[in-house]
Amino acid sequence: MEFPQLEYLRRRRCDSAVNTEQKKLTQTPLLKIWVPWMGCSLNRRRGSSVPQFCNSPTMIVMVGLPARGKTYISKKLTRYLNWIGVPTKMFNVGQYRREAVKIYKNFEFFKPDNEEAMKIRKACATAALKDVAAYFSKEQGQVAVFDATNTTRERRAIILSYAKERGYKVFFVESICDDPEIIAENIKQVKFGSPDYVDRDIDEALEDFSRRIECYRASYMPMDDEEDRKLSYIKIFDVGSRYLVNRVQDHIQSRIVYYLMNIHVTPRSIYLSRHGESELNLLGRIGGDSGLSPRGQKYANALATFIRGQNIRELKVWTSHMKRTIQTAEALGVQYEQWKALNEIDAGVCEELTYEEIQENFPEEFALRDQDKYRYRYPKGESYEDLVHRLEPVIMELERQENVLVVCHQAIFRCLLAYFLDKPADELPYLRCPLHTVLKLTPVAYGCKVESFFLNIEAVNTHRERPVNVDINRNPEEALLTVPEHV
Amino acid sequence: SVCMTNCPTLIVTVGLPARGKTYISKKLTRYLNWIGVPTREFNVGQYRRECVKIYKSFEFFRPDNEEGLKIRRQCASAALNDVRQYLTEDGGQVAVFDATNTTRERRDTIIQFAEQNGFKVFFVESVCEDPDVIQENIVQVKLGSPDYTNCNTEEAAEDFMKRIKCYENSYEPLDEVLDRDLSFIKIMDVGQRYLVNRVLDHIQSRIVYYLMNIHITPRSIYLCRHGESELNVNGRIGGDSGLTPRGKEFGKKLSQFLQTQGISDLKVWTSQMKRTIQTAESLSVPYEQWKVLNEIDAGVCEEMMYEEIQDHFPLEFALRDQDKYRYRYPKGESYEDLVQRLEPVIMELERQENVLVICHQAVMRCLLAYFLDKTAEELPYLKCPLHTVLKLTPVAYGCKVESISLNVDAVNTHRERPEVGISLEAHRRAHTHPQEDGSVWPDMAFSPRAFSSTGCTVQASAFLLTHGVNLTPNPQHSKHPTRK
Repeated sequence: MEFPQLEYLRRRRCDSAVNTEQKKLTQTPLLKIWVPWMGCSLNRRRGSSVPQFCNSPTMIVMVGLPARGKTYISKKLTRYLNWIGVPTKMFNVGQYRREAVKIYKNFEFFKPDNEEAMKIRKACATAALKDVAAYFSKEQGQVAVFDATNTTRERRAIILSYAKERGYKVFFVESICDDPEIIAENIKQVKFGSPDYVDRDIDEALEDFSRRIECYRASYMPMDDEEDRKLSYIKIFDVGSRYLVNRVQDHIQSRIVYYLMNIHVTPRSIYLSRHGESELNLLGRIGGDSGLSPRGQKYANALATFIRGQNIRELKVWTSHMKRTIQTAEALGVQYEQWKALNEIDAGVCEELTYEEIQENFPEEFALRDQDKYRYRYPKGESYEDLVHRLEPVIMELERQENVLVVCHQAIFRCLLAYFLDKPADELPYLRCPLHTVLKLTPVAYGCKVESFFLNIEAVNTHRERPVNVDINRNPEEALLTVPEHV
Repeated sequence: SVCMTNCPTLIVTVGLPARGKTYISKKLTRYLNWIGVPTREFNVGQYRRECVKIYKSFEFFRPDNEEGLKIRRQCASAALNDVRQYLTEDGGQVAVFDATNTTRERRDTIIQFAEQNGFKVFFVESVCEDPDVIQENIVQVKLGSPDYTNCNTEEAAEDFMKRIKCYENSYEPLDEVLDRDLSFIKIMDVGQRYLVNRVLDHIQSRIVYYLMNIHITPRSIYLCRHGESELNVNGRIGGDSGLTPRGKEFGKKLSQFLQTQGISDLKVWTSQMKRTIQTAESLSVPYEQWKVLNEIDAGVCEEMMYEEIQDHFPLEFALRDQDKYRYRYPKGESYEDLVQRLEPVIMELERQENVLVICHQAVMRCLLAYFLDKTAEELPYLKCPLHTVLKLTPVAYGCKVESISLNVDAVNTHRERPEVGISLEAHRRAHTHPQEDGSVWPDMAFSPRAFSSTGCTVQASAFLLTHGVNLTPNPQHSKHPTRK
């Protein structure tokens, strides 16, 4: 899905001195966006557009007792927002505390009557807020996730007034859970490995952490229907069984609510694979809609064997609309769903060309692509950035689902992988996604475990590294240095 | 088989009269149908009006009116019967059961009915105590109801308030604890607050998202195409050309028109194609570019005239006329694809207030079909002439449309649905696409989407499948015929 506020915003200067000649439109070479020719104000990218047309920055403030999934939600939300192109950063107050108090002794630090500790904790929160302000004003951040317990109305009031002074919007995310099993699982997954408990054994850690939670409980004031009716928030009950949503103010909050309502913590795995080697792959040609090569067909059969061996419960299989992914899925002998959104990146005028032909016919385009592979849009085609927008519904549905195998294409694979592994835009287009290799992603703790399975069937390499020289005036040899071998 | 069928869903509204249940039902039905989920609403009040020809007064709804209760129960049963028919035999995927359903007893009956038939149930409750909102509601939709055709405004309003009272005593709202195993959304104060419980699947998740984004603040949506373009004048489709002088004139007139409208805080959206952006530039206001508002991609037919398409791709041309909604240009898109990619635009339009969308013919048809509840068959033939602005204002249960021509001449780009002549069977026998292994593979560009990407059942383009259309792929058919 597109995010309109951060699409290229064009504000026309109401300057009567501008003559009509300058109002002619030109297309920016990299992004292929039409803009009025106005000298150097061209090519101004998102984030650097005129400030008053950006939404005010938003603070997402977590609320909840320890071990309620606040950090899990914070990290996941931050990852999602960054992936869809909203600059977001997480501020975990616990981190600040660990930096201030080098060695954690025990739960006594969190006792409500521990004046010394209270001072430190308040100072940490303040330091984090200052960093939030710096992120918004100096680093063009759009969303800051303030991850702390924030369990008292007093603390939340401090944050609200800090935000109000600076014109930030505030959206609270409260996680409420009293299921002892979930809390125990939570503690097991993320607390035992925490720097706080690095020298303890499991029972000690569990005992200490439980007492830590008790320290907060007495003073915990959940968001209240009446008292907090003017605030914007979502209350998540029992890991998503129920939600209370109050006063969603704008588009980004609406997207955040939708995302939070679709994620779950049920264990599952996501399998990512490209189609088997295709005829055009063998010829070193990009795009197109060719069928599998003999080796590609072998891979499809090997994939079927592999999947059966994994003994996956209720596996969903997704493909694109292109022949090569469908042929691959056909070998599995199970039902599959076709998504047009999973189609390979549209290379426009470069469809079905080899890199050598692209260099010969469109040397400038080839260089521009190397300069900024994420944002570069093929003439009459797409960019990686466009891909991310069209893949957003796929990601949303992947979040909803449990065990899924996605059979897709190189650029698509890179985008999906970047989402799961939190890779930034400049790394995304260079992630290695070789043919005939299945990646198994299993969410664990705050991240994703990755297992790679090469199914032992040879295939061409389709990965082109960024060459050293990306200048428009480079020699063809310099441009073609990193092109993988082909027929 | 490729399809996975979700079991049908029964959406059940809950709430006192004048809480917006029918408004929500109709809107939700319209949205789901537009995104390709066959949906129908069943308004029990309608059944009651058919049964009891003449509405006398609120007394019919008194809880001690045995006769009335009997009739009302029968009407609910009849409606549920029709629901069953629709979901099990008529290819429906979602049925919206629009009634007060204010007692737990009534809701239990419905739940049992759903269980017996294998339907999932999702409740949508609207709770509102704001007297202004209720009053406005009554004015907008009750006074004009068939129940009150022979009453004056005061009589009608008074009777309706008494009618509401009849329900109030026995109203059992959905409860966090008692109903914790049910799937529902409680909408409070027209969207101020929501309680969402146990969303079970994709379609329920989409419904919740949609309901949380709609609002009833009065506003208008303006739809228009870019000014006349160079390619328009040459009778060519697609491409990315600039405006003709007449097109630029339209831009100026559009600017003047908007000023006369006195719209507060108008958002302006364009596509990323030159002609819409040039049009927006004349307005001297900020605008946002959406790539998804780009015109339908005509693939190998880009920048061709209809005559050329007829010459080079006669079969395509005929197929498109057979089913213009589902037909996908080779290496291009279909109207059905367009609707998919425009869904985020619709969602954002629902969130926004006053918006002007400067787009393209096919795109405008899709957006218009959403607002005016047009079917997939009608959509590709909606008239969206150049240099004409459509002003859409939500009113009562629908949309008022004003068509304003800005009096700048332009070519006509509308092609009516013609008579279809070509014999597909004959063509099929003449063209096959043999594979090396002897199997026959249809041109993938024609392979209809067998399954909607959103987990809803969708009728595959059965027409194309049953005719087993196979085509000789022509390697020279690049996207840009001028290239080679």
